[in-house]
Amino acid sequence: MTQQEFRTVQGGRIDRDRPLRFRFDGRDYTGYAGDTLASALLANGVHRTSTSIKLGRPRGIFAAGAEEPNALVQVEAPFPEPMLTATTVELYDGLVARGLGGQGRLATDPDPARYDAVHTHCDVLVVGAGPAGLAAASVAAASGARVVVVDDRSEPGGSLLGTREAKALDWVASVAADLHANPEVRLLTRTSAFGYYDDNYVVAVERRTNHLGASAPAHLSRERIWRIRARRVVLATGAHERSLAFDDNDRPGIMLAGAARTYVNRYGVLPGRRAVVLTTNDSAYAAALDLLDAGVAIAVIADLRPSVSPLWTERLADRGVEVLAGYGVERVVGEERVSSVVLAGGREFEADLLLVSGGWNPVGALYSQAGGKLRYDADLGSFVPDGCREAVAVAGSANGTYGLAGCLAEGTGAGRAAVEATGFAAGTGRELPAADESPVTPPAHTWVLPGDETVQFVDLQRDVTVAEIRRATGTGMRSVEHVKRYTTAGTAHDQGKTSGVLTSGVVAHLLGVDVGDLGTTTFRPPYAPVSFAALAGRDRGALHDPIRVTALHAWHQANGALFENVGQWQRPWYYPRDGEDLHAAVLRECRAAREGVATMDASTLGKIDVQGPDAAVLLDRLYTNLMSSLKVGSIRYGVMCRPDGMIFDDGTVIRLAEDRFLVTTTTGNAAGVLDWMEDFLQTEWPDLRVHCTSVTEQWATIALVGPRSREVLGTLAPDLAVDNDSFPFMTWRDTTVAGLAARVCRISFSGELAYELNVNWWDALALWEAVLAAGAPLGITTYGTETMHVLRAEKGYPIIGQDTDGTVTPQDLGMDWIVSKKKPDFIGKRSFARADTGRPDRKHLVGLLPDDGETLLPEGAHLVEMESLPEPPVPMLGHVTSSYHSAALGRPFALALIKGGRDRIGQRVYAPLGDVLVPVTITGPVLYDPEGKRRDG
Amino acid sequence: MAGPGSDLPDHPDYLWRNPEPRRSYDVVIVGGGGHGLATAYYLAKNHGITNVAVLERGWLAGGNMARNTTIIRSNYLWDESAGIYEHALKLWEGLEEDLDYPILFSQRGVLNLAHSLQDVRDSVRRVEANRLNGVDAQWLDPQQVKEVCPIVNTSPDVRYPVLGGTYQPRAGIAKHDYVAWGFARAADALGVDLIQHCEVTGLDITDGKITGVQTTRGRIAAGRVALSAAGHTSVVAAMAGIDLPLQSHPLQALVSELLEPVHPTVVMSNAVHVYVSQAHKGELVMGAGIDSYNGYGQRGAFHIIERQMSAALELFPAFARAHVLRTWGGIVDVTPDASPIVGLTPVDDLYLNCGWGTGGFKATPGVGWCYAHTIATGEPHPLNAPFSLDRFTTGALVDEHGAAAVAH
Ligand SMILES: Cc1cc2nc3c(=O)[nH]c(=O)nc-3n(C[C@H](O)[C@H](O)[C@H](O)COP(=O)(O)OP(=O)(O)OC[C@H]3O[C@@H](n4cnc5c(N)ncnc54)[C@H](O)[C@@H]3O)c2cc1C
Repeated sequence: MTQQEFRTVQGGRIDRDRPLRFRFDGRDYTGYAGDTLASALLANGVHRTSTSIKLGRPRGIFAAGAEEPNALVQVEAPFPEPMLTATTVELYDGLVARGLGGQGRLATDPDPARYDAVHTHCDVLVVGAGPAGLAAASVAAASGARVVVVDDRSEPGGSLLGTREAKALDWVASVAADLHANPEVRLLTRTSAFGYYDDNYVVAVERRTNHLGASAPAHLSRERIWRIRARRVVLATGAHERSLAFDDNDRPGIMLAGAARTYVNRYGVLPGRRAVVLTTNDSAYAAALDLLDAGVAIAVIADLRPSVSPLWTERLADRGVEVLAGYGVERVVGEERVSSVVLAGGREFEADLLLVSGGWNPVGALYSQAGGKLRYDADLGSFVPDGCREAVAVAGSANGTYGLAGCLAEGTGAGRAAVEATGFAAGTGRELPAADESPVTPPAHTWVLPGDETVQFVDLQRDVTVAEIRRATGTGMRSVEHVKRYTTAGTAHDQGKTSGVLTSGVVAHLLGVDVGDLGTTTFRPPYAPVSFAALAGRDRGALHDPIRVTALHAWHQANGALFENVGQWQRPWYYPRDGEDLHAAVLRECRAAREGVATMDASTLGKIDVQGPDAAVLLDRLYTNLMSSLKVGSIRYGVMCRPDGMIFDDGTVIRLAEDRFLVTTTTGNAAGVLDWMEDFLQTEWPDLRVHCTSVTEQWATIALVGPRSREVLGTLAPDLAVDNDSFPFMTWRDTTVAGLAARVCRISFSGELAYELNVNWWDALALWEAVLAAGAPLGITTYGTETMHVLRAEKGYPIIGQDTDGTVTPQDLGMDWIVSKKKPDFIGKRSFARADTGRPDRKHLVGLLPDDGETLLPEGAHLVEMESLPEPPVPMLGHVTSSYHSAALGRPFALALIKGGRDRIGQRVYAPLGDVLVPVTITGPVLYDPEGKRRDG
Repeated sequence: MAGPGSDLPDHPDYLWRNPEPRRSYDVVIVGGGGHGLATAYYLAKNHGITNVAVLERGWLAGGNMARNTTIIRSNYLWDESAGIYEHALKLWEGLEEDLDYPILFSQRGVLNLAHSLQDVRDSVRRVEANRLNGVDAQWLDPQQVKEVCPIVNTSPDVRYPVLGGTYQPRAGIAKHDYVAWGFARAADALGVDLIQHCEVTGLDITDGKITGVQTTRGRIAAGRVALSAAGHTSVVAAMAGIDLPLQSHPLQALVSELLEPVHPTVVMSNAVHVYVSQAHKGELVMGAGIDSYNGYGQRGAFHIIERQMSAALELFPAFARAHVLRTWGGIVDVTPDASPIVGLTPVDDLYLNCGWGTGGFKATPGVGWCYAHTIATGEPHPLNAPFSLDRFTTGALVDEHGAAAVAH
């Protein structure tokens, strides 16, 4: 265990009473609560954290925040997490991490943490709790508006945290206290706003327990997505310092000047003993002075500008520091760590630290995501906001305003304007701290220093050099987007936070164009990396998609059903008895339905209550057949087509009253049909007076099927005349079944005498048990979807979505009769007149009988005309849509869609199964009871 | 020391000229995406037509070509689709040599997962059709799925458990930019003018025949004009008074940080909607369905990303702590039958290539080849003949939506 040799004696926002142990690259260290992994490493004298991805060069900590390009780490314990920046990993006891040059490692064990998401709405969202953001929040909160403030650091204060502005920091503390105390305000730290979507929808991720390491309480979500809808947004996201391209500018020990200042002031860490400073602007001087005060020697300050304000030179001269105006760095000595720096002209300065400031980039990512434009401000040497369609304002250094007083004033203004725009009278925020502004001398506009372009790095993380960029522009590329892709600059973990503008600058420099004309590459969400798990939130496993079950689900489970997912529903597939497989169970279930009585839970069928004076008109337009002529008390089967004439759904329609129908749909498509109705009602036919309501989960439906079903119903419904004349096929009756109010429909999807008993969802179990009890003497058998499919297939009834695929017309199914010739119009009608719809060789639904009477054709198998296969492409006739063993037929059979199928009935075709061609004979689709004698029992 | 990606081949030092537009060309191609560039290349190479300009309103291949997730496969259901996509796949297999450009075509296979009994039926049907069409295809049970891609969660606690999948071993991914630049360089070398930052703002038509285009860099006369503007084709076609059955939707995709290799193939799922590959440097590249509203904004909505991530974690629990580095969107041109439109238009000498929607990258060489033939001869190539515009009048659709329901 090493000492923290590079800790200042005192100061910083760390808790020296709370030492924390951690391990990095296999060595044990200590740091303090309040450290980041980066600051703790620096406190222990560790600069080098990784090896670069392409060139294998040593790399060290370069920045102090989310913009870090170099110090990528893999966390190994308490739980593996790939690729984080050491500058944003808060230190906790027991942290084990290693430096990462290339690829992160995913855990092999499941992530035990939870993740969630929260919606919130506010009048004003302030992003960034630095001086500008807090000033905005303070006035906004004082007005009574609902305010949300998010900041990605562990405490509010922003850039002030890296300074020694005591008065300003006191102000930060009081504003934070005000905000916390205000019930209308939510101040979220450790929360990065990472996406800015249309209509001021801003998404942020809050890291709630990461900083607690293994002691994180399991019941708390580790990360939380905040989905924030704000009437106004104030972006006070600050600025990132950028580097310059000079020789060996990637060596460990080279650091952004502002970062070094942060390490000294916020973390009480000395990033080195003796520093050289290279700058294009004034900001590095404040850093130099703070480092001096903390005990770091400043060897020299090289300023690229031809002259430097005496304000700075004098202050530094007082401290014995030489300032060389018009000087740049020629080269850096030391591979693993800077050992000396040679300035232009050859003077060499011994140093273990080289502080660089190439200027500042306002953080424009969110603004840009919102559609905001950026403009190059030549005086500032950076891109600044220039107009946005969203209700957003930018304040402080995010707006290119770099002085404290300016930031505070701009933040206050933005906060006031935001609340006023949302209808509040602006309040008075905390009194602002005094801030003395030193006059600023304009920065130098330098991107590249003279030297060897092959070792002048532009994007540290991607090892992109000036030479690479020159190669890109040499190919003929003129756009930064091309250069980015050619070189990969800006595509790494940091998404070019420190390198993006520099890349543009270097390209402009090489092409001799204006960087403002060239622009930057596009900013895209997320502003900072977000974990997959946070985005997935709770929508996993059973919550990934709602599981819908019927009122009888528990019964089905208790009675051994196996289930099939049909859309969101779980439906009983079959009910195996001891030792039965699917095949055996289904043969048994089928036999019961054909020979005795059987029952199934049909509650999942979609049910839509269609009401209103124009209900019949709507249905006439949706269905291909006539619904308006249906009599109250009767039922009609119908199909719906899409405008292209292809079948979309089918089901029965019950007329409950002149102005009221109950429409049933397929299980999987119920929502689709309701959407379809609403779509047409709302966009095409808003004049129709109709309301459509889903009642799928209001009615439970039990199918009672088989030649003896009438007996069972008769016992259960003494009030109902069940004989064929009193209760004919395709009619319905309201009655009492097993003492329950029920609607009984005489419809059949099996060809057998059958009923559908509909009761209130809550009464389903009572009815089901009564049906089972009444049927018990007759050996009533429960059956599932598989048996239902076999029974209907024997009768040639298609399942929409299985025997059709969006390319099948009602005529293709042999259902000419269901397409009205009389109705003036309905959806799909026009398409039936199209050339292709009238083609004689369209695919028809037919039956297939394997010639050997034994082979079960796989569903999906194709059919060909020839006895042996030619070289591909082999002409195909169609495919098997449904295929089953039939108990009633005593053999396997299939349904298929076959070109000109109805004209081929009786012909032999072949199904290629592996290397074998199985001969099959085409039949009509109805293989069982073609005369329909069984329908009436 | 070789880090991930350091073994990737370098780009050439020279790609293209930046010529000033001439006043007239034999053929003007509108849209410098992959399709426009490939078409220009094959016009020059296969047909000797080199007095050609590709007009691109932004930077070359900066549209969907720069935004797609690079999945290449040919296992489409219908014969018509299998024809053109398999033709493309065969060209992909020789493209690196043909263009003399390292396009990193990696035939790592594509798995399409099935999650319901109907998915299984549809999958088997597609596999069987593929085989008869000479397209390599296999049906895999869950165990075999696991062998191809060990990190797929084939356990029953997935909301929609994996019941199997189809696998096309010859399918895979390539590097989209490399492909675009390979075609661009080759076309440029054959004399094609690639003109960037040149937006077509009008189409000049006299007596039912196109004579040239209006652009932000002046009028350019043209013997023939070929549209290849992907998501913006309906906007350009409207300049000729042609109303296209296209809906332009945002389609988003995203990428993670670089990760150690965990995912050896490409996995796609519609029911648990996401598709994933691990690209050459180790980043996970993923996407899902289109945003449902229409627009040209090249940006999508956030919930689409959230939904896609929850699907990703259903199938790949190991991804939990991976991070999204970047999301983006392109504008895809979707037809009612999810098949493209390639061929003639009611205006003489004006040609149309669009409607590739979420899946046109894989077609790039194939469509370039066929479209060039169509433009050069004035007749559709047999492989794109089924994809005529008038199929929406005759009804002879090639419906890859309903039957196959596999996008991208
Ligand atoms: C997120 C996403 C993921 C995708 N994933 C896949 C995938 O995995 N596999 C796959 O096969 N396909 C995929 N695609 C689809 C594929 O990218 C497109 O189908 C294909 O790129 C379209 O052809 P293109 O390359 O020519 O289009 P583009 O690159 O979009 O080219 C069209 C060009 O036309 C230009 N243009 C438009 N209007 C004008 C005008 N008026 N004047 C001049 N120029 C104009 C545009 O600027 C653009 O550059 C995906 C698409 C997206 C958006």
